[in-house]
Amino acid sequence: MARSDSEVDARGYWAANLRLTTWLMVIWFVVSCGAGIVFREFLDQYSVGGAPMGFWFAQQGSIYVFVGLIFYYCVAMRRLERKFGLGED
Amino acid sequence: MDQSFWSFFFVGTTFALYIGIALKARAGSTDDFYVAGHDVHPAVNGMATAADWMSAASFLSMAGLIAFLGYGGSVYLMGWTGGYVLLALLLAPYLREFGKFTVPDFVGDRYYSTFARVVAVVCALFVSFTYIAGQMKGVGVAFSGFLGIPFEWGIVIGMVIVFFYAVLGGMKGITYTQVAQYCVLIFAYTVPAIFISIMITGNPIPQLGFISDVAGENRPMLEKLNTVVSDLGFLEYTSSSKSMIDVFCITAALMFGTAGLPHVIIRFFTVKSASAARVSAGYALVFIALLYTIAPAVGAFARLNFIDTVNEATYVTSDSYVLEAEAIEERGGTPVPAWFKSWEQTGLLSFEDKNGDGLMQIRGPNASDGIENEVIASRDIFVLANPEIANLPAWVIGLVVAGGLAAALSTAAGLLMVISSAVSHDLCRRTLFPTMTDRTELRVARVSAAGAVVAAGLLGLFASQLGFVAQVVAFAFGLAAASLFPIIFLGIFWKRMNKEGAITAMITGLISTFGYIYYFKFGGGTPDQWLFGVSPEGIGFVFMWLSLVVGVGVALVTKAPPQDVQDLVEDIRVPGTRKPHGIADGDMVPAPALSG
Repeated sequence: MARSDSEVDARGYWAANLRLTTWLMVIWFVVSCGAGIVFREFLDQYSVGGAPMGFWFAQQGSIYVFVGLIFYYCVAMRRLERKFGLGED
Repeated sequence: MDQSFWSFFFVGTTFALYIGIALKARAGSTDDFYVAGHDVHPAVNGMATAADWMSAASFLSMAGLIAFLGYGGSVYLMGWTGGYVLLALLLAPYLREFGKFTVPDFVGDRYYSTFARVVAVVCALFVSFTYIAGQMKGVGVAFSGFLGIPFEWGIVIGMVIVFFYAVLGGMKGITYTQVAQYCVLIFAYTVPAIFISIMITGNPIPQLGFISDVAGENRPMLEKLNTVVSDLGFLEYTSSSKSMIDVFCITAALMFGTAGLPHVIIRFFTVKSASAARVSAGYALVFIALLYTIAPAVGAFARLNFIDTVNEATYVTSDSYVLEAEAIEERGGTPVPAWFKSWEQTGLLSFEDKNGDGLMQIRGPNASDGIENEVIASRDIFVLANPEIANLPAWVIGLVVAGGLAAALSTAAGLLMVISSAVSHDLCRRTLFPTMTDRTELRVARVSAAGAVVAAGLLGLFASQLGFVAQVVAFAFGLAAASLFPIIFLGIFWKRMNKEGAITAMITGLISTFGYIYYFKFGGGTPDQWLFGVSPEGIGFVFMWLSLVVGVGVALVTKAPPQDVQDLVEDIRVPGTRKPHGIADGDMVPAPALSG
């Protein structure tokens, strides 16, 4: 089960993981603190259904994006693990 | 069938179910007891995590809190869900790969220091005890308010139930009861919400009703709500009463606090691999989001309906509601709804006719007509009274009671695990008596779980007399964000982080956050003295950065951690490569990822 480090490119895998994580954290930040808080008043001039957009992001939209981010990360990491030969089959 | 029959029926049935699960899922080893054998399916763990996480406060108080705060309530919605992204991306998979039992385990082993372990134990105990007091109090309130059982006995009954599955089954028992509790609580939350949504907007899906038009009118529900509340002198529902920086910091403190809470983190030790931990965090958030996206809708519907039906209604004074209400209608007036009268007795609603006109006036702080507010509502009322507001049958109320108890008990059980494992595993096995056998440790774990149940019950009793539970919860999140999150994060992402840095970081976060919150909550501090305009609820985020900076600074001027520890960090970053390392692991062999 446990592989030795020499068999896999651990460094490459970790670097790719860090890149992916950083991008997703940026989206996480922009959606929650950005759309829901900092740019709320600007976004409130648009609307989602009958709700002001900034308000909607703060109470609904951000949560949906959070769920999407985690599942995207799972899929992307599985792809990464397969690429570097770390898949759990 | 009356309402108390149904309350007893649902509470009795669900309790029997929890005990049944406890008897089936007995723990046979410390592996079973602490981490359910590392073999829980990601979706099952996700559901258990959702129940573990959603407390009596989420179930009973959150919708009402949002109803009163409007946009201001968003900090809880974003804060308590956004933390799961941090968990899934930054902590959970690596901590699972590390393969031990508790959060202090990670801190003690990664930082090769018994002192660091003990500091982490102190943080974990402090956070968990403040949290659990609120849960036990919630259990007592539910029993005394609905079943007519005295508050103290309510807590005792709650203790006996938790005792059964936490002491017998440990994490294994808790996992499966939490799954059952999730099903009970989400069903109990969703059913009344659907009917309220149909009543107000005609749309059966609360999340869609939230952005729809008011039933029979051609304008959005939220727009109507904005007009209605600002006419009465309240702040517009969709605008913010707090400064942007404060909203930002509170949200962030709740997010990082959530990610650092030990009872949430340990749930991810129970799955079989790092990749399962990631998926499991995703499932957990889906199950949590179901309630968290309904709550703001329920809050808005309830606020609108409350003002619509109560404001300017004629108060019914006599005990025979029906007769007097009919008489009021004949005179052309609108009687106060029956549910107001029935909830008035619980003290959650009250009315004082200040201007003596027999009508009930609701007014906000900026009311322009000079009329004083006469109606006071507790924030718990909206979820509790929802079934009656929507004219649902009596059994639905029984269901809501069972749901509230499920939410409180599932969270209490998760916290008890943290407390008992901190004592039996981190203090006894890893610090004081390293030669203890697995069997003795299991026995000690059961005894400390039992002790923790009793301590939590006593704390619940005391907390009800002191009444500062809500104040203290700010401590839990602030401390988790400022003391636990930074060192776990650095422990994974920065190999160079050492013992000296970790200990100073934890202590910096602990003392600064504790001091700040204590000063403003109990020491007479006033809002104009807030640091950068940040309230005590949000300060954990500011001091988290302080803790990170101090920790990194100290680590850079002291010597690098031993090679063994650096190798350990490399291992937990890459799935399937975790090997035992002398200094960090000692005689404790980490659990490998299970295959298949």
